[in-house]
Amino acid sequence: MNLPTPSRIRQSPKSLFPYLFAGLFLLAFFDSWQRAGIDPKIFFEARGQRALGKFLTGMFPPDLSPAFLSLMFRPALETIQISILGTIIAVMIGFPLGLLGTNTMAVAGILNEAELQGAPLRRGLRYAVYFIARGLLSLFRSIPEFVWAFMFVRAVGLGPFPGVLAIGLAYGGMLGKVYSEIFEGVNYRPLEALQSLGANKLQIFFYGWFPQALPNFVSYTLYRWECAVRASAILGLVGAGGLGQQIEISMRMFNFNEVLTILIILFLMVAAVDYLSAKIRAML
Amino acid sequence: MNDLQQQYRLEEVRKVFGRHQIALDGIDLGIQKGERVALIGPSGAGKTTLFRLLNCTLRPTSGKIWINGEDVETLHGKQLRQARRKIGTVYQQHNLIPRLKVIHNVLAGQLGRWSTLRSLASLAKPHDEALVHKALDQVGIPERLFDRTDELSGGQQQRVAIARVMVQDPDVVLADEPVSSVDPALASTIVRLLIDISRDTGKTLVVSLHSVDLALAYFPRVIGIRNGTTAFDLSPENISDAMLEELYAGSGRENSDTEAMSEPANSIAYPSIS
Repeated sequence: MNLPTPSRIRQSPKSLFPYLFAGLFLLAFFDSWQRAGIDPKIFFEARGQRALGKFLTGMFPPDLSPAFLSLMFRPALETIQISILGTIIAVMIGFPLGLLGTNTMAVAGILNEAELQGAPLRRGLRYAVYFIARGLLSLFRSIPEFVWAFMFVRAVGLGPFPGVLAIGLAYGGMLGKVYSEIFEGVNYRPLEALQSLGANKLQIFFYGWFPQALPNFVSYTLYRWECAVRASAILGLVGAGGLGQQIEISMRMFNFNEVLTILIILFLMVAAVDYLSAKIRAML
Repeated sequence: MNDLQQQYRLEEVRKVFGRHQIALDGIDLGIQKGERVALIGPSGAGKTTLFRLLNCTLRPTSGKIWINGEDVETLHGKQLRQARRKIGTVYQQHNLIPRLKVIHNVLAGQLGRWSTLRSLASLAKPHDEALVHKALDQVGIPERLFDRTDELSGGQQQRVAIARVMVQDPDVVLADEPVSSVDPALASTIVRLLIDISRDTGKTLVVSLHSVDLALAYFPRVIGIRNGTTAFDLSPENISDAMLEELYAGSGRENSDTEAMSEPANSIAYPSIS
């Protein structure tokens, strides 16, 4: 038989690549260590120990007085609200852009072969849409949510709204990228079957792509929600509402015991979200 | 040249993957409407690629294909989907969506007729339950309507795939190794099922089989494919043992039913899209 030759399985000659890679890794590690100013000695010196001790002992005992706790209720709720709305906006941005930025949906593979062969105009158009979608996603996620929040606080004023927008955009970029990878990873054979019976791209998506991707889709989205709870706490530091704003106030007043209380609240919220998402995933 | 009775006409069809991987090397073929044809030949001979050309999943690198008198090369977009709708395919791996209920997998056969919105609505509330009932009844698993598809056995899933084709109601049924992943007893049942469907409704049927015995027993026309081209195209009584031996020479297999079970998936798979 003259076909198919297993051209992909090649006997590789002794390659220098692993050594080169190891060398580069070591170089990068030591260089970063030096340049990042990492200095473990500081933990053993008197000055460093004093500062650390002050911070840690200042945290205990956490402030669990009803007055302070009731004061924290609203910001905690706000943090959750920011994270939920932010994640919803992120899905609304990431889902369509991720879909358009899915290689096997837009331009490549067996679902585009017959459609695009001998149709250069169609192919060009598809590539344009594909690159625009991927470009937007890159742009959204390359700017950290912290910076987005900073800009939105300037644009729309203090409060939770800029936090929602910041999470929506930055996380939309992240979700979209991962969605497209999830979509690219599904088994293409059932999709080929749907195409061959005359289904259009959207029908193939709803009947084949999405059902196959659903578990990963849901669990990654929930994971991002969990991250959003944490992030929305941080965003408060630049004035975007929620618990972060309280952390900032307490830090500035050197009330480290209040800081610990807020961290505990944050931990409980993240744990609760994690528990909830585990339940949701179990239902799938 | 484009005879109205002709379902398929292929002229000098070649398909080359990448630069050098020649899957099909000049196929000439005519298949009449309502004909029942079996394809046999060693793994890697190009049968799967041929099926992908016949159901408009791929286009030939060179050469011409007419389906129902229509030149495939000119088809794009909606016309291409319309052409595909009239061709039903049963795959070796049945290619159903494991997480969907059986009813949705069967109703997927209707997608070529439904609008996108209607197909979405059907996922919430299935259209035309009766149609699915009838099809599943015919393939012999009437009660599995609302089970998740991955809860069914391999043979049952293949029946669901056949029910999907029945709901699609195409002019042609293509079946690419439909029985090589089920046991021999079930294999002939499923082949008979396909033949019944074709006979009852006058559909053209093209089936590729690993089992030469099944091909010779059930099909009036058997085409041997080797190295991407047709080795013979005859009725079973004109096919000699020597021809079969030559067809499979060097592929290290015997032509028996039991062999079909251990046969791996076709080795000219489409280059993975992921």
